[in-house]
Amino acid sequence: MLALLAQASDVFTKPTVDYHALAPELILVGTIIVLALVDSWKLERARPVMSAIAGLGLLAALVPVITLAVDGTDRVLLDGGYVVDSMSLVLKALFIVSAYVVVLLSINYMAEGDYWESEYYTLLICSVLGMTVMASSRDLIGIFIALELLSIPAYMLAAWRKGDERSNEAGMKYYLMGVFATGILLYGMSLAYGLGGSTNLEAIGLQLADLGSDGVPVVALALLFTIIGFGFKVSAVPFHTWAPDTYEGAPTPVTAFLAVASKAAGFVALIQVTYFCFIVRSDVIEPIFFVLSISSMTVGNLIALRQSNVIRMLAYSGIAQAGFMLAPFAVASSDPALSLQAVVTYLVIYAAMNLGAFAVIIAIARRTRSAELEDLGGLFTYMPGLAVAFTLFLASLIGIPPLGGWWAKFGVFASLIEADSGLGWTLAIVMAVNTAIAAYYYLAVARAMWFDDVPEGTDTSPVRTPATLGFAVVITLIATLLFGILPQVVNDVTDFGLVALGG
Amino acid sequence: MLLNQFLLLAAILFSIGVYGVIVRRNGVLVLMSIELILNSVNINLIAFSTYHGLGGQVFALFVIAVAAAEVGVGLAIVLLIYRNRRSVDIDALDELKG
Repeated sequence: MLALLAQASDVFTKPTVDYHALAPELILVGTIIVLALVDSWKLERARPVMSAIAGLGLLAALVPVITLAVDGTDRVLLDGGYVVDSMSLVLKALFIVSAYVVVLLSINYMAEGDYWESEYYTLLICSVLGMTVMASSRDLIGIFIALELLSIPAYMLAAWRKGDERSNEAGMKYYLMGVFATGILLYGMSLAYGLGGSTNLEAIGLQLADLGSDGVPVVALALLFTIIGFGFKVSAVPFHTWAPDTYEGAPTPVTAFLAVASKAAGFVALIQVTYFCFIVRSDVIEPIFFVLSISSMTVGNLIALRQSNVIRMLAYSGIAQAGFMLAPFAVASSDPALSLQAVVTYLVIYAAMNLGAFAVIIAIARRTRSAELEDLGGLFTYMPGLAVAFTLFLASLIGIPPLGGWWAKFGVFASLIEADSGLGWTLAIVMAVNTAIAAYYYLAVARAMWFDDVPEGTDTSPVRTPATLGFAVVITLIATLLFGILPQVVNDVTDFGLVALGG
Repeated sequence: MLLNQFLLLAAILFSIGVYGVIVRRNGVLVLMSIELILNSVNINLIAFSTYHGLGGQVFALFVIAVAAAEVGVGLAIVLLIYRNRRSVDIDALDELKG
C-alpha cells in the first residue's frame, strides 16, 4: 500500500543510504540484538559472557570510525540531517572508548554485587548508540531522538540497585529532572521550528539570521528553552541539583558513565545547536552561556569545598568543570573554530582524567567499602600504586602541567582571551580564580592519602586489583599523560577548522 | 489564521504543566504534569506545521512515541519506590543530600 502511494507520488525519491557512514551505529545495533538474544536464549548461563560481548561490540564499532577517519571525506545523509565529518568521528570515538572503559569498570562490580548483569550491558550499549547518533545529528528530530535514546537507559541504570532506597532515589531524581528538562527543551525546539520553518538546523539558522531585530522575544524564548534543556544534561547551575544525589546513589560504574559519557553527550548536543544554528543570534545566546558558565564554575567549586564524600566532591567538581567547558560558548561568534576546538579538546581530556578518577575510586572502594574522605587516610601505605594514580588524576583535574588537564584549560583560556571582548575577559578572570579554589579541595584528597594516618580497623594487607580494573586505570592514565605531554596529538584531531562549520 | 490561539493554548498548558511539576508531591501526578508539557509541545508543532509542511507533524509523532516510552520507565521507577517505601511522595526522598 505504502509502496504504491510512494510510486504514485512524484515528489518521493528513495534516499540513498551510505552504509559505510552508518557502520558504527549499525554495529552497535547488532551488538544490542546479540546481547538481547544471548540473554533470552542462555538465561542465567549467559552472565559471564555478556560483558565480553559488550566490550567486543564496542571495539568492533571503533573499526569503522577509524576507517571513516582515514577515508576523510565528509558524508552527508538524509538531506543534511545526518552528517559524518571529522568532528563527529572524534566524538564518536570518544563515546565508544569511554563506554569501553565503563564496561571494564563494571565487570567485577556487577558480577560481585549480584546485579542484573545481562540487561545492564544491553542498556549501556543502547545509551552509547544514542550518543553516537547525537554526534552526527544536524536536525531537531534527530537530536531529540538521540537525547532520549541515551537518557532513558541511563535513568534505569541509575536505579539499578533495585532493593536499595538510595539507588531508587538517585534514579527517581535523575528521571524527574531529566524528563522535565526534555519538556522544556521540546517547547524551545517547537518554537525554533515555528521560527525556522524546518527541523534542519542549517535551515533554521538561515531563517533566524533573516529575522534580524524582529521578534527578539520569541527568538530569545526558543533559544533559552533549548539551551536550558541541555543545561540539565550537562548539570550546569542552576539546573544541577540532581547531579550530586544521582552520582552518590547510583552504582559507581554508572556514575562514571553519567559523569563522563552522558555529560559529553549533552555538550555535543549544545555544540550541534550552537555552532550549526544558534550562532547567528550571538546577541541572544552569548549572555545565556555567560551566566550559565560563571554560575556553574563558582557554585560548583564553593559547594565542592565542603564535601566529605569523594564521589559527591567529584560531582560538584564536575559541575565546575562543566562551567569551564561552557565558557568558550560565550565567545562563540568571535572565532567559532577556535572556541569549538577548545570545547572538544576539553571534552576529550576531561573524559580521560575523570574516568580515571572514578576507576581508582572503584578499585579503592573494593577495600574501604566507602568513598568517605576520612576512610582514604594513609592510602599510600597500603595501596601505593592506586594512590599515585589518583594523585595524578586529581592534579590533572586541577590543571597542573604536564598533565592533560593543563592543556584543556589552556585551550579555553586561549579562546576567551583571543575573543578580546568584555564577556571573554570577565570569564577568563573568574575562571582563573576558580581554578585556584578548585586546587584546594583536590589537594585535600591527595593530602589525606599521603599524610593522614590509616583509620583504625582498616585491613592494610596488600590488595589485588582485578586485571580489568587495572587495565582501565592504565588506559586512562596513559591518555591523561599523553594529552599533557604531547598536546599536539589531541590538537590535531580536534582542529576541524572552518570546514566543519560549513564556512 | 488562528495560529495565535493555538500558541496561547499551548503556552497555558505548558505553564500548568510546569506548575504541576514544581508543586505536586505525588510521583504519579508529576508524571501527568510532564505529559501536559509534552502535549503543549505537540499543539505548538502541529499549529506551526500548517505553515511549514509536514516536518512538525512527524516531529509530533516522534514526541508521542518517545513520551510513552519515557512514562513507562518513570512508572517503573515510581513502582520500585512504592515497593521499598510504601509511598510515592517524592518530597520524602531525602536520604541523599549535602
